Amino acid sequence: MTNLISLLSGIIFSVGLVISGMINPAKVKGFLDIFGNWDFALVFVMGGAVIFNVFAYFFIFKGKPFLESQFFLPTKIHVDKKLVIGTAIFGIGWGLTGICPGPGIVNLVNLNLNSVLFVGSMIVGMLIFRKAH
Amino acid sequence: MEVIMMPLLGGILIGLASAILLKFLGRIAGISGIFESTLSKFKVENAWRYLFILGLIIGGVIMKLAAPSFFDYSFEASPVKIIIAGLLVGYGTRLGGGCTSGHGVCGIPRFSTRSILGTIIFMLTGILTVYIEGLIS
Repeated sequence: MTNLISLLSGIIFSVGLVISGMINPAKVKGFLDIFGNWDFALVFVMGGAVIFNVFAYFFIFKGKPFLESQFFLPTKIHVDKKLVIGTAIFGIGWGLTGICPGPGIVNLVNLNLNSVLFVGSMIVGMLIFRKAH
Repeated sequence: MEVIMMPLLGGILIGLASAILLKFLGRIAGISGIFESTLSKFKVENAWRYLFILGLIIGGVIMKLAAPSFFDYSFEASPVKIIIAGLLVGYGTRLGGGCTSGHGVCGIPRFSTRSILGTIIFMLTGILTVYIEGLIS
């Protein structure tokens, strides 16, 4: 059941990424280009998801998860140097191509070399981090 | 109107997907973290993570077959740029403990200080990167 729900969640997430336009690198770059020819439409992706969750969380955090005895939430609470530097680095990478991890993975279905190259490099980046820490 | 409706509908589906994962499994739908965990030797307790990533692929395949017009774009960039971007995204999301999904979609609604700050920072450096690239080209 746990695995089935997770699969379903992944599918819905993916459909959301596709129809929202988040998988389109040019669209995302247009969204980040606020000093140029700004395409504001993607504000509604993050906006829609966040506002949905603000309301959903009222219900979700009443009681335990349906299939587990507890929530597995991030244990770090305080802002640290790693958070600031890491998110800054991620943003630069995101801005270069307009692709973040989710859309990068979904883009693999296009079966083009650039999508594979991106995910392959992302994996290497993650493994470098793992080696370094 | 459609310009706004599709992003909004997509955003709501993304929210719904993350809410389902949280209410059923108690887990945050942070894609960079979930994906990174699948890069290790298979463990049974990690099965849900593999299936979530498989779900992302299946969802993409379903949409590609059902509505190919959503994939009517190209991903053009030099290989060097793509490799640098991929390395930075991979390394940065692990150092910063999350990406657009974990910090943005899941963290902001919890009013997590780390996630709100993290999202502001990656938005700012993303905007700055596109701006500088515009100046250079």
